[in-house]
Amino acid sequence: MREKILTFIEKNSRIDLKELAIILGVDETIVVNELQAMEEEHVICGYHTLIDWDKVGVEKVMAMIEVRVTPQRGLGFDKVAERIYNYPEVNAVYLISGGFDFMVTIEGKTLREVAQFVSEKLSTLDTVLSTKTNFILKKYKDHGTILAERPKDERIQMIP
Amino acid sequence: MRNPLSQTIVSIQPSGIRKFFDIVSEMKDAITLGVGEPDFDTPWHIRDEGIYSLEKGKTFYTSNAGLKELKVEIDRYLTRRCGISYDYNNEILVTVGGSEAIDIAMRAMLDPGDEVLIPQPSYVSYEPCCILANGTPVIIELKAENQFRLTAAELEAAITPKTKLLVLPFPNNPTGAIMEKADLEAIAEVIERYDLYVISDEIYSELTYTEDTNHVSIASLPGMKERTVLINGFSKAYAMTGWRLGYACGPKLIIQQMTKIHQFAIMCAPTTSQYAAVEALKNGDEDVAKMREEYNGRRRYLMHRFKEMGLECFEPFGAFYVFPCIKEFGMTADEFATALLNAQKVAVVPGTAFGACGEGFIRISYAYSLDVLKKALDRIETFITKLREERNS
Repeated sequence: MREKILTFIEKNSRIDLKELAIILGVDETIVVNELQAMEEEHVICGYHTLIDWDKVGVEKVMAMIEVRVTPQRGLGFDKVAERIYNYPEVNAVYLISGGFDFMVTIEGKTLREVAQFVSEKLSTLDTVLSTKTNFILKKYKDHGTILAERPKDERIQMIP
Repeated sequence: MRNPLSQTIVSIQPSGIRKFFDIVSEMKDAITLGVGEPDFDTPWHIRDEGIYSLEKGKTFYTSNAGLKELKVEIDRYLTRRCGISYDYNNEILVTVGGSEAIDIAMRAMLDPGDEVLIPQPSYVSYEPCCILANGTPVIIELKAENQFRLTAAELEAAITPKTKLLVLPFPNNPTGAIMEKADLEAIAEVIERYDLYVISDEIYSELTYTEDTNHVSIASLPGMKERTVLINGFSKAYAMTGWRLGYACGPKLIIQQMTKIHQFAIMCAPTTSQYAAVEALKNGDEDVAKMREEYNGRRRYLMHRFKEMGLECFEPFGAFYVFPCIKEFGMTADEFATALLNAQKVAVVPGTAFGACGEGFIRISYAYSLDVLKKALDRIETFITKLREERNS
Protein backbone atom coordinates (compact mmCIF):
# COMPACT_ATOMS: atom_id res chain seq x y z
CA MET A 1 0.00 0.00 0.00
CA ARG A 2 2.83 2.38 0.88
CA GLU A 3 4.42 1.93 -2.51
CA LYS A 4 1.10 2.55 -4.25
CA ILE A 5 0.45 5.73 -2.28
CA LEU A 6 3.96 6.97 -2.89
CA THR A 7 3.89 6.22 -6.60
CA PHE A 8 0.74 8.28 -6.84
CA ILE A 9 1.69 11.29 -4.75
CA GLU A 10 5.16 11.43 -6.22
CA LYS A 11 3.47 12.70 -9.37
CA ASN A 12 0.59 14.55 -7.75
CA SER A 13 1.01 15.52 -4.12
CA ARG A 14 -2.02 17.78 -4.25
CA ILE A 15 -4.51 15.00 -4.83
CA ASP A 16 -7.49 15.02 -2.52
CA LEU A 17 -6.96 12.19 -0.02
CA LYS A 18 -10.54 11.06 -0.24
CA GLU A 19 -10.12 10.71 -3.99
CA LEU A 20 -6.82 8.92 -3.60
CA ALA A 21 -8.50 6.41 -1.31
CA ILE A 22 -11.25 5.79 -3.89
CA ILE A 23 -8.72 5.34 -6.66
CA LEU A 24 -6.68 2.88 -4.62
CA GLY A 25 -9.82 1.11 -3.46
CA VAL A 26 -9.12 1.47 0.26
CA ASP A 27 -10.54 3.31 3.23
CA GLU A 28 -9.60 6.96 3.56
CA THR A 29 -8.27 6.48 7.10
CA ILE A 30 -5.71 4.00 5.79
CA VAL A 31 -4.34 6.57 3.37
CA VAL A 32 -4.32 9.33 5.98
CA ASN A 33 -2.58 7.15 8.57
CA GLU A 34 0.00 5.85 6.14
CA LEU A 35 0.83 9.36 4.98
CA GLN A 36 1.19 10.60 8.52
CA ALA A 37 3.42 7.69 9.44
CA MET A 38 5.59 8.22 6.39
CA GLU A 39 5.95 11.91 7.16
CA GLU A 40 7.03 11.08 10.70
CA GLU A 41 9.50 8.47 9.49
CA HIS A 42 10.80 10.99 7.01
CA VAL A 43 9.98 8.66 4.13
CA ILE A 44 8.15 11.65 2.75
CA CYS A 45 10.67 14.46 3.06
CA GLY A 46 8.62 17.30 1.66
CA TYR A 47 5.98 18.37 -0.83
CA HIS A 48 7.45 20.61 -3.51
CA THR A 49 6.20 22.25 -6.64
CA LEU A 50 7.75 21.82 -10.04
CA ILE A 51 7.98 25.26 -11.64
CA ASP A 52 9.12 26.34 -15.07
CA TRP A 53 10.68 29.60 -13.92
CA ASP A 54 11.50 30.59 -17.49
CA LYS A 55 7.82 31.22 -18.09
CA VAL A 56 7.50 33.53 -15.10
CA GLY A 57 10.27 35.82 -16.30
CA VAL A 58 12.14 35.54 -13.04
CA GLU A 59 15.89 35.44 -13.60
CA LYS A 60 17.44 32.31 -12.17
CA VAL A 61 20.73 30.69 -12.88
CA MET A 62 21.41 27.06 -12.14
CA ALA A 63 24.66 25.24 -12.27
CA MET A 64 25.78 21.68 -11.73
CA ILE A 65 29.21 21.61 -10.18
CA GLU A 66 31.50 18.63 -10.27
CA VAL A 67 33.54 18.67 -7.08
CA ARG A 68 36.60 16.61 -6.28
CA VAL A 69 37.48 16.35 -2.58
CA THR A 70 39.75 14.56 -0.14
CA PRO A 71 37.58 12.63 2.27
CA GLN A 72 38.35 13.39 5.90
CA ARG A 73 40.04 10.72 7.96
CA GLY A 74 37.54 8.68 9.90
CA LEU A 75 34.59 10.63 8.61
CA GLY A 76 34.62 9.80 4.91
CA PHE A 77 32.58 11.82 2.51
CA ASP A 78 29.62 12.50 4.76
CA LYS A 79 31.34 15.21 6.77
CA VAL A 80 32.48 16.97 3.62
CA ALA A 81 29.02 16.73 2.12
CA GLU A 82 27.54 18.27 5.23
CA ARG A 83 29.81 21.30 4.90
CA ILE A 84 28.56 21.74 1.37
CA TYR A 85 24.85 21.06 1.76
CA ASN A 86 24.40 23.40 4.68
CA TYR A 87 24.76 26.41 2.39
CA PRO A 88 21.25 27.58 1.46
CA GLU A 89 22.45 28.33 -2.07
CA VAL A 90 23.00 24.62 -2.57
CA ASN A 91 20.01 22.82 -4.01
CA ALA A 92 21.22 19.25 -4.14
CA VAL A 93 24.30 17.25 -3.31
CA TYR A 94 24.97 13.76 -4.62
CA LEU A 95 27.92 11.48 -3.99
CA ILE A 96 28.97 10.25 -7.41
CA SER A 97 30.96 7.34 -8.72
CA GLY A 98 33.41 8.04 -11.51
CA GLY A 99 35.77 10.90 -12.27
CA PHE A 100 34.73 13.17 -9.42
CA ASP A 101 33.13 12.90 -5.99
CA PHE A 102 30.16 15.22 -5.59
CA MET A 103 27.60 16.64 -7.95
CA VAL A 104 26.41 19.89 -6.41
CA THR A 105 23.45 21.80 -7.81
CA ILE A 106 23.40 25.49 -7.12
CA GLU A 107 20.79 28.10 -7.77
CA GLY A 108 21.38 31.84 -7.85
CA LYS A 109 19.90 35.00 -9.26
CA THR A 110 22.78 35.79 -11.60
CA LEU A 111 25.76 34.13 -13.17
CA ARG A 112 27.96 36.29 -11.04
CA GLU A 113 26.26 35.20 -7.86
CA VAL A 114 26.80 31.53 -8.65
CA ALA A 115 30.38 32.10 -9.75
CA GLN A 116 31.06 33.99 -6.57
CA PHE A 117 29.68 31.21 -4.43
CA VAL A 118 31.87 28.66 -6.18
CA SER A 119 35.04 30.68 -5.99
CA GLU A 120 34.56 32.09 -2.52
CA LYS A 121 32.68 29.42 -0.59
CA LEU A 122 33.02 26.10 -2.29
CA SER A 123 36.57 26.13 -3.67
CA THR A 124 37.96 27.49 -0.47
CA LEU A 125 36.86 24.53 1.64
CA ASP A 126 39.95 22.68 2.89
CA THR A 127 38.87 19.36 1.51
CA VAL A 128 37.90 20.57 -1.96
CA LEU A 129 40.56 19.77 -4.55
CA SER A 130 38.87 21.11 -7.66
CA THR A 131 35.54 22.25 -9.08
CA LYS A 132 34.09 22.32 -12.55
CA THR A 133 31.05 24.50 -13.01
CA ASN A 134 28.46 23.58 -15.64
CA PHE A 135 25.77 26.19 -16.15
CA ILE A 136 22.37 24.94 -17.15
CA LEU A 137 21.20 26.54 -20.37
CA LYS A 138 17.78 24.99 -20.70
CA LYS A 139 15.71 22.56 -18.71
CA TYR A 140 13.74 20.03 -20.76
CA LYS A 141 12.63 17.54 -18.20
CA ASP A 142 12.71 17.53 -14.43
CA HIS A 143 11.42 15.05 -11.86
CA GLY A 144 10.24 12.80 -14.68
CA THR A 145 8.09 15.56 -16.09
CA ILE A 146 8.60 17.06 -19.55
CA LEU A 147 8.39 20.84 -19.16
CA ALA A 148 7.18 21.59 -22.69
CA GLU A 149 3.43 21.90 -22.93
CA ARG A 150 1.66 18.70 -23.73
CA PRO A 151 -0.01 18.55 -27.11
CA LYS A 152 -3.81 18.64 -26.99
CA ASP A 153 -5.87 15.47 -27.13
CA GLU A 154 -5.87 14.72 -30.84
CA ARG A 155 -7.88 11.55 -30.74
CA ILE A 156 -10.94 11.53 -32.93
CA GLN A 157 -14.21 9.70 -32.60
CA MET A 158 -14.10 6.53 -34.64
CA ILE A 159 -16.96 4.12 -34.98
CA PRO A 160 -17.34 3.07 -31.38
CA MET B 1 -26.45 4.51 -66.16
CA ARG B 2 -26.46 1.33 -64.18
CA ASN B 3 -26.34 1.44 -60.41
CA PRO B 4 -22.66 1.04 -59.62
CA LEU B 5 -23.20 -0.22 -56.09
CA SER B 6 -23.46 -3.62 -54.51
CA GLN B 7 -26.80 -4.15 -52.83
CA THR B 8 -25.09 -5.98 -49.98
CA ILE B 9 -23.00 -3.00 -49.01
CA VAL B 10 -25.82 -0.50 -49.54
CA SER B 11 -28.05 -2.53 -47.21
CA ILE B 12 -25.58 -2.07 -44.34
CA GLN B 13 -26.39 0.95 -42.21
CA PRO B 14 -23.55 3.39 -41.56
CA SER B 15 -22.67 4.02 -37.94
CA GLY B 16 -25.31 6.48 -36.73
CA ILE B 17 -23.29 8.28 -34.11
CA ARG B 18 -20.99 10.00 -36.61
CA LYS B 19 -23.42 12.90 -36.86
CA PHE B 20 -23.65 13.22 -33.11
CA PHE B 21 -19.90 13.51 -32.71
CA ASP B 22 -19.59 15.93 -35.59
CA ILE B 23 -21.72 18.28 -33.47
CA VAL B 24 -19.46 17.63 -30.48
CA SER B 25 -16.32 18.57 -32.35
CA GLU B 26 -17.85 21.94 -33.27
CA MET B 27 -18.95 22.68 -29.71
CA LYS B 28 -16.81 24.88 -27.48
CA ASP B 29 -15.87 23.54 -24.03
CA ALA B 30 -17.46 20.21 -24.77
CA ILE B 31 -15.97 17.23 -22.96
CA THR B 32 -16.21 13.96 -24.79
CA LEU B 33 -16.03 10.62 -23.08
CA GLY B 34 -16.63 8.87 -26.36
CA VAL B 35 -13.20 7.88 -27.55
CA GLY B 36 -12.36 4.19 -27.55
CA GLU B 37 -8.59 4.33 -27.67
CA PRO B 38 -6.01 4.69 -24.90
CA ASP B 39 -5.06 8.22 -23.83
CA PHE B 40 -1.45 7.12 -23.31
CA ASP B 41 1.25 7.51 -25.90
CA THR B 42 2.93 4.35 -27.12
CA PRO B 43 5.76 3.72 -24.62
CA TRP B 44 8.94 5.32 -25.89
CA HIS B 45 11.08 2.19 -26.13
CA ILE B 46 8.51 0.71 -28.50
CA ARG B 47 8.38 3.82 -30.67
CA ASP B 48 12.14 3.89 -30.62
CA GLU B 49 12.35 0.39 -32.09
CA GLY B 50 10.02 1.45 -34.88
CA ILE B 51 12.20 4.45 -35.62
CA TYR B 52 15.35 2.34 -35.41
CA SER B 53 13.95 -0.15 -37.92
CA LEU B 54 13.36 2.73 -40.34
CA GLU B 55 16.90 3.99 -39.82
CA LYS B 56 18.21 0.56 -40.65
CA GLY B 57 16.21 0.58 -43.86
CA LYS B 58 13.68 -2.06 -42.87
CA THR B 59 11.22 -0.64 -45.34
CA PHE B 60 10.26 -3.71 -47.36
CA TYR B 61 7.35 -6.14 -47.23
CA THR B 62 7.59 -8.85 -44.63
CA SER B 63 6.38 -12.35 -45.43
CA ASN B 64 2.59 -12.50 -45.78
CA ALA B 65 1.87 -13.95 -42.38
CA GLY B 66 4.27 -11.57 -40.64
CA LEU B 67 7.84 -11.40 -39.38
CA LYS B 68 9.01 -14.69 -37.98
CA GLU B 69 10.53 -12.88 -35.02
CA LEU B 70 7.15 -11.33 -34.19
CA LYS B 71 5.23 -14.57 -34.56
CA VAL B 72 7.69 -16.28 -32.23
CA GLU B 73 7.15 -13.50 -29.68
CA ILE B 74 3.36 -13.76 -30.05
CA ASP B 75 3.58 -17.45 -29.24
CA ARG B 76 5.78 -16.75 -26.21
CA TYR B 77 3.41 -14.04 -25.05
CA LEU B 78 0.31 -16.21 -25.30
CA THR B 79 2.10 -19.05 -23.55
CA ARG B 80 3.16 -16.70 -20.76
CA ARG B 81 -0.15 -14.86 -20.32
CA CYS B 82 -2.82 -17.37 -21.34
CA GLY B 83 -1.14 -20.76 -21.23
CA ILE B 84 -1.75 -21.52 -24.93
CA SER B 85 0.96 -22.23 -27.45
CA TYR B 86 0.73 -21.79 -31.22
CA ASP B 87 3.06 -22.96 -33.96
CA TYR B 88 4.49 -19.74 -35.34
CA ASN B 89 4.86 -21.30 -38.75
CA ASN B 90 1.28 -22.37 -39.35
CA GLU B 91 -0.99 -21.08 -36.65
CA ILE B 92 -0.30 -17.35 -36.38
CA LEU B 93 -1.17 -14.55 -38.80
CA VAL B 94 -0.16 -10.93 -38.23
CA THR B 95 -2.90 -8.57 -39.40
CA VAL B 96 -3.67 -4.89 -39.84
CA GLY B 97 -5.24 -4.46 -36.43
CA GLY B 98 -7.69 -6.84 -34.82
CA SER B 99 -10.28 -5.45 -37.24
CA GLU B 100 -8.75 -7.09 -40.28
CA ALA B 101 -8.53 -10.36 -38.42
CA ILE B 102 -12.26 -10.25 -37.64
CA ASP B 103 -13.06 -9.58 -41.28
CA ILE B 104 -10.91 -12.29 -42.81
CA ALA B 105 -11.73 -14.87 -40.16
CA MET B 106 -15.39 -14.56 -41.15
CA ARG B 107 -14.58 -14.64 -44.85
CA ALA B 108 -12.45 -17.73 -44.40
CA MET B 109 -15.11 -19.62 -42.46
CA LEU B 110 -18.53 -18.67 -43.83
CA ASP B 111 -20.64 -19.88 -46.71
CA PRO B 112 -23.93 -18.26 -47.71
CA GLY B 113 -26.62 -19.15 -45.21
CA ASP B 114 -24.26 -19.96 -42.34
CA GLU B 115 -25.47 -18.34 -39.15
CA VAL B 116 -23.15 -16.39 -36.91
CA LEU B 117 -24.09 -15.77 -33.30
CA ILE B 118 -23.19 -12.26 -32.22
CA PRO B 119 -23.75 -11.30 -28.59
CA GLN B 120 -24.73 -7.64 -28.17
CA PRO B 121 -24.13 -4.99 -26.93
CA SER B 122 -20.78 -5.31 -28.66
CA TYR B 123 -18.34 -3.67 -31.02
CA VAL B 124 -20.02 -2.53 -34.19
CA SER B 125 -18.12 -4.37 -36.89
CA TYR B 126 -19.02 -8.02 -36.30
CA GLU B 127 -22.42 -7.74 -37.94
CA PRO B 128 -21.31 -5.91 -41.12
CA CYS B 129 -18.28 -8.18 -41.48
CA CYS B 130 -20.55 -11.19 -41.22
CA ILE B 131 -22.92 -9.82 -43.86
CA LEU B 132 -20.03 -8.98 -46.18
CA ALA B 133 -18.84 -12.56 -45.79
CA ASN B 134 -22.31 -13.76 -46.87
CA GLY B 135 -23.13 -15.02 -43.40
CA THR B 136 -26.36 -14.45 -41.54
CA PRO B 137 -25.93 -12.62 -38.25
CA VAL B 138 -28.05 -13.83 -35.35
CA ILE B 139 -28.02 -11.51 -32.36
CA ILE B 140 -27.92 -12.75 -28.78
CA GLU B 141 -29.07 -10.01 -26.44
CA LEU B 142 -26.96 -9.97 -23.31
CA LYS B 143 -28.53 -8.86 -20.05
CA ALA B 144 -27.48 -6.51 -17.29
CA GLU B 145 -28.67 -8.98 -14.65
CA ASN B 146 -26.04 -11.43 -15.93
CA GLN B 147 -23.45 -8.65 -15.87
CA PHE B 148 -23.63 -8.80 -19.67
CA ARG B 149 -21.92 -12.19 -19.71
CA LEU B 150 -23.01 -14.84 -22.17
CA THR B 151 -24.74 -17.76 -20.46
CA ALA B 152 -24.93 -21.32 -21.76
CA ALA B 153 -28.74 -21.10 -21.82
CA GLU B 154 -28.72 -17.93 -23.95
CA LEU B 155 -26.24 -19.52 -26.31
CA GLU B 156 -28.14 -22.76 -26.67
CA ALA B 157 -31.44 -20.95 -27.27
CA ALA B 158 -29.97 -19.14 -30.28
CA ILE B 159 -28.51 -22.20 -31.99
CA THR B 160 -30.17 -23.60 -35.13
CA PRO B 161 -28.98 -26.29 -37.53
CA LYS B 162 -27.41 -23.50 -39.60
CA THR B 163 -25.32 -22.06 -36.77
CA LYS B 164 -21.62 -22.32 -37.52
CA LEU B 165 -19.84 -19.63 -35.62
CA LEU B 166 -19.96 -17.77 -32.33
CA VAL B 167 -18.33 -14.39 -31.86
CA LEU B 168 -17.04 -14.01 -28.33
CA PRO B 169 -16.29 -10.35 -27.61
CA PHE B 170 -14.80 -10.33 -24.12
CA PRO B 171 -13.54 -8.24 -22.34
CA ASN B 172 -16.37 -6.32 -23.91
CA ASN B 173 -16.70 -2.99 -25.56
CA PRO B 174 -19.06 -1.25 -24.59
CA THR B 175 -20.15 -2.95 -21.36
CA GLY B 176 -16.77 -3.72 -19.78
CA ALA B 177 -18.05 -7.23 -19.07
CA ILE B 178 -15.65 -10.15 -18.84
CA MET B 179 -16.08 -13.91 -18.99
CA GLU B 180 -14.34 -15.77 -16.19
CA LYS B 181 -13.14 -19.32 -16.43
CA ALA B 182 -16.35 -20.88 -15.08
CA ASP B 183 -18.47 -18.82 -17.50
CA LEU B 184 -16.34 -20.00 -20.40
CA GLU B 185 -16.44 -23.63 -19.30
CA ALA B 186 -20.23 -23.49 -19.27
CA ILE B 187 -20.46 -22.27 -22.86
CA ALA B 188 -17.57 -24.45 -24.08
CA GLU B 189 -19.68 -27.49 -23.37
CA VAL B 190 -22.47 -26.14 -25.60
CA ILE B 191 -20.01 -25.14 -28.33
CA GLU B 192 -18.61 -28.64 -28.43
CA ARG B 193 -22.00 -30.33 -28.32
CA TYR B 194 -23.26 -28.34 -31.33
CA ASP B 195 -19.93 -28.48 -33.14
CA LEU B 196 -19.53 -24.69 -33.43
CA TYR B 197 -16.48 -22.56 -34.11
CA VAL B 198 -15.51 -19.46 -32.15
CA ILE B 199 -14.02 -16.12 -33.10
CA SER B 200 -12.74 -14.85 -29.78
CA ASP B 201 -11.99 -11.13 -29.94
CA GLU B 202 -9.64 -10.62 -27.01
CA ILE B 203 -8.29 -7.20 -27.93
CA TYR B 204 -8.88 -5.95 -24.36
CA SER B 205 -7.36 -9.05 -22.74
CA GLU B 206 -4.68 -7.08 -20.87
CA LEU B 207 -7.26 -4.79 -19.31
CA THR B 208 -9.03 -6.82 -16.66
CA TYR B 209 -9.39 -5.77 -13.05
CA THR B 210 -10.41 -8.83 -11.07
CA GLU B 211 -8.17 -9.52 -8.08
CA ASP B 212 -5.22 -11.74 -8.93
CA THR B 213 -6.78 -13.37 -11.97
CA ASN B 214 -5.70 -12.74 -15.50
CA HIS B 215 -7.89 -12.82 -18.52
CA VAL B 216 -8.80 -16.38 -19.50
CA SER B 217 -8.96 -17.23 -23.19
CA ILE B 218 -11.54 -19.75 -24.32
CA ALA B 219 -8.82 -21.28 -26.49
CA SER B 220 -7.04 -22.41 -23.32
CA LEU B 221 -9.91 -24.71 -22.32
CA PRO B 222 -9.70 -28.39 -23.27
CA GLY B 223 -10.97 -29.07 -26.78
CA MET B 224 -11.41 -25.39 -27.61
CA LYS B 225 -8.12 -24.48 -29.27
CA GLU B 226 -9.04 -26.47 -32.37
CA ARG B 227 -12.37 -24.61 -32.62
CA THR B 228 -11.20 -21.10 -31.90
CA VAL B 229 -9.71 -18.25 -33.86
CA LEU B 230 -8.16 -16.09 -31.17
CA ILE B 231 -7.88 -12.44 -32.14
CA ASN B 232 -5.74 -9.94 -30.30
CA GLY B 233 -3.57 -6.96 -31.07
CA PHE B 234 -1.41 -4.15 -29.84
CA SER B 235 -3.81 -1.21 -29.91
CA LYS B 236 -5.32 -1.38 -26.45
CA ALA B 237 -2.65 -3.13 -24.40
CA TYR B 238 0.31 -1.07 -25.62
CA ALA B 239 -1.53 2.09 -26.69
CA MET B 240 -0.62 1.44 -30.31
CA THR B 241 -3.88 2.17 -32.14
CA GLY B 242 -2.28 4.17 -34.95
CA TRP B 243 0.25 1.43 -35.70
CA ARG B 244 -2.57 -0.80 -36.96
CA LEU B 245 -1.33 -4.15 -35.81
CA GLY B 246 -3.11 -7.24 -34.60
CA TYR B 247 -3.01 -10.98 -35.03
CA ALA B 248 -5.08 -14.11 -35.34
CA CYS B 249 -4.14 -17.52 -33.98
CA GLY B 250 -5.95 -20.74 -34.68
CA PRO B 251 -5.97 -24.11 -36.38
CA LYS B 252 -3.64 -24.34 -39.39
CA LEU B 253 -6.62 -25.18 -41.62
CA ILE B 254 -8.28 -21.82 -40.92
CA ILE B 255 -5.15 -19.66 -40.64
CA GLN B 256 -3.99 -20.93 -44.02
CA GLN B 257 -7.14 -19.70 -45.73
CA MET B 258 -7.09 -16.43 -43.81
CA THR B 259 -3.50 -15.92 -44.91
CA LYS B 260 -4.67 -16.38 -48.50
CA ILE B 261 -7.20 -13.55 -48.21
CA HIS B 262 -4.68 -11.41 -46.34
CA GLN B 263 -2.09 -12.07 -49.03
CA PHE B 264 -4.36 -10.92 -51.85
CA ALA B 265 -6.01 -8.01 -50.04
CA ILE B 266 -3.23 -6.62 -47.86
CA MET B 267 0.09 -8.34 -48.70
CA CYS B 268 1.43 -7.92 -45.19
CA ALA B 269 0.93 -5.82 -42.08
CA PRO B 270 3.07 -2.64 -41.84
CA THR B 271 6.72 -3.55 -41.43
CA THR B 272 7.63 -0.69 -39.07
CA SER B 273 4.78 -1.63 -36.77
CA GLN B 274 5.88 -5.24 -36.71
CA TYR B 275 9.37 -4.32 -35.54
CA ALA B 276 7.93 -2.07 -32.86
CA ALA B 277 5.57 -4.85 -31.78
CA VAL B 278 8.46 -7.26 -31.23
CA GLU B 279 9.82 -4.81 -28.68
CA ALA B 280 6.37 -4.42 -27.11
CA LEU B 281 6.07 -8.16 -26.53
CA LYS B 282 9.66 -8.57 -25.38
CA ASN B 283 9.87 -5.67 -22.96
CA GLY B 284 6.41 -4.19 -22.58
CA ASP B 285 4.86 -6.15 -19.70
CA GLU B 286 5.69 -3.44 -17.19
CA ASP B 287 4.17 -0.67 -19.31
CA VAL B 288 0.98 -2.67 -19.62
CA ALA B 289 0.85 -3.20 -15.85
CA LYS B 290 1.27 0.53 -15.24
CA MET B 291 -1.48 1.49 -17.64
CA ARG B 292 -3.76 -1.19 -16.24
CA GLU B 293 -3.25 0.19 -12.73
CA GLU B 294 -4.05 3.68 -13.96
CA TYR B 295 -7.24 2.55 -15.71
CA ASN B 296 -8.25 0.62 -12.64
CA GLY B 297 -7.98 3.71 -10.44
CA ARG B 298 -10.19 5.64 -12.83
CA ARG B 299 -12.65 2.76 -12.95
CA ARG B 300 -12.92 2.75 -9.16
CA TYR B 301 -13.39 6.50 -9.17
CA LEU B 302 -16.21 6.35 -11.72
CA MET B 303 -17.98 3.52 -9.90
CA HIS B 304 -17.74 5.50 -6.69
CA ARG B 305 -19.19 8.60 -8.29
CA PHE B 306 -22.09 6.65 -9.84
CA LYS B 307 -22.85 5.16 -6.46
CA GLU B 308 -22.89 8.61 -4.89
CA MET B 309 -25.20 9.88 -7.62
CA GLY B 310 -27.41 6.85 -7.24
CA LEU B 311 -26.90 5.96 -10.89
CA GLU B 312 -27.34 2.26 -11.50
CA CYS B 313 -24.28 0.58 -12.98
CA PHE B 314 -23.02 -2.97 -12.72
CA GLU B 315 -19.33 -3.16 -11.90
CA PRO B 316 -17.37 -3.85 -15.06
CA PHE B 317 -14.11 -5.75 -14.74
CA GLY B 318 -12.65 -5.25 -18.20
CA ALA B 319 -11.71 -2.88 -21.02
CA PHE B 320 -11.97 0.86 -20.29
CA TYR B 321 -15.69 1.41 -20.38
CA VAL B 322 -18.52 1.67 -17.92
CA PHE B 323 -22.09 1.15 -19.03
CA PRO B 324 -24.49 2.84 -16.63
CA CYS B 325 -28.26 2.39 -16.86
CA ILE B 326 -30.32 5.52 -17.52
CA LYS B 327 -33.76 3.90 -17.65
CA GLU B 328 -34.93 5.77 -14.55
CA PHE B 329 -35.12 9.02 -16.55
CA GLY B 330 -37.71 7.72 -18.97
CA MET B 331 -35.68 8.68 -22.04
CA THR B 332 -34.12 6.62 -24.77
CA ALA B 333 -30.33 6.40 -24.73
CA ASP B 334 -30.24 8.67 -27.78
CA GLU B 335 -32.44 11.28 -26.12
CA PHE B 336 -30.39 11.13 -22.95
CA ALA B 337 -27.08 11.55 -24.79
CA THR B 338 -28.44 14.45 -26.84
CA ALA B 339 -29.94 16.19 -23.80
CA LEU B 340 -26.73 15.70 -21.81
CA LEU B 341 -24.69 17.20 -24.62
CA ASN B 342 -27.01 20.19 -25.01
CA ALA B 343 -27.40 20.90 -21.32
CA GLN B 344 -23.92 20.12 -19.99
CA LYS B 345 -21.70 19.68 -23.04
CA VAL B 346 -20.66 16.17 -22.17
CA ALA B 347 -20.65 13.62 -24.96
CA VAL B 348 -21.22 9.94 -24.27
CA VAL B 349 -22.16 7.15 -26.65
CA PRO B 350 -25.76 5.88 -26.48
CA GLY B 351 -25.88 2.14 -25.77
CA THR B 352 -27.97 1.59 -28.89
CA ALA B 353 -24.89 2.25 -31.03
CA PHE B 354 -23.84 -1.26 -29.96
CA GLY B 355 -27.08 -3.04 -30.74
CA ALA B 356 -30.77 -2.59 -29.96
CA CYS B 357 -30.39 -4.17 -26.53
CA GLY B 358 -28.08 -1.31 -25.53
CA GLU B 359 -31.25 0.74 -25.12
CA GLY B 360 -31.44 2.30 -21.69
CA PHE B 361 -27.65 2.45 -21.28
CA ILE B 362 -24.83 4.81 -22.14
CA ARG B 363 -21.17 4.04 -22.66
CA ILE B 364 -18.60 6.11 -20.86
CA SER B 365 -14.96 5.62 -21.77
CA TYR B 366 -12.35 6.15 -19.08
CA ALA B 367 -9.46 6.46 -21.48
CA TYR B 368 -9.22 10.00 -20.14
CA SER B 369 -7.18 11.65 -17.43
CA LEU B 370 -8.69 11.82 -13.98
CA ASP B 371 -9.04 15.59 -14.30
CA VAL B 372 -11.18 15.27 -17.41
CA LEU B 373 -13.25 12.51 -15.84
CA LYS B 374 -13.84 14.57 -12.71
CA LYS B 375 -15.04 17.57 -14.66
CA ALA B 376 -17.29 15.44 -16.83
CA LEU B 377 -18.74 13.55 -13.89
CA ASP B 378 -19.53 16.80 -12.09
CA ARG B 379 -21.48 17.90 -15.13
CA ILE B 380 -23.29 14.58 -15.41
CA GLU B 381 -24.21 14.84 -11.74
CA THR B 382 -25.67 18.34 -12.27
CA PHE B 383 -27.58 17.03 -15.25
CA ILE B 384 -29.21 14.06 -13.58
CA THR B 385 -29.95 16.00 -10.41
CA LYS B 386 -31.94 18.45 -12.53
CA LEU B 387 -33.72 15.62 -14.33
CA ARG B 388 -34.76 14.12 -11.03
CA GLU B 389 -35.95 17.48 -9.69
CA GLU B 390 -38.04 18.06 -12.80
CA ARG B 391 -39.52 14.62 -12.49
CA ASN B 392 -40.41 15.10 -8.84
CA SER B 393 -41.94 18.56 -9.21
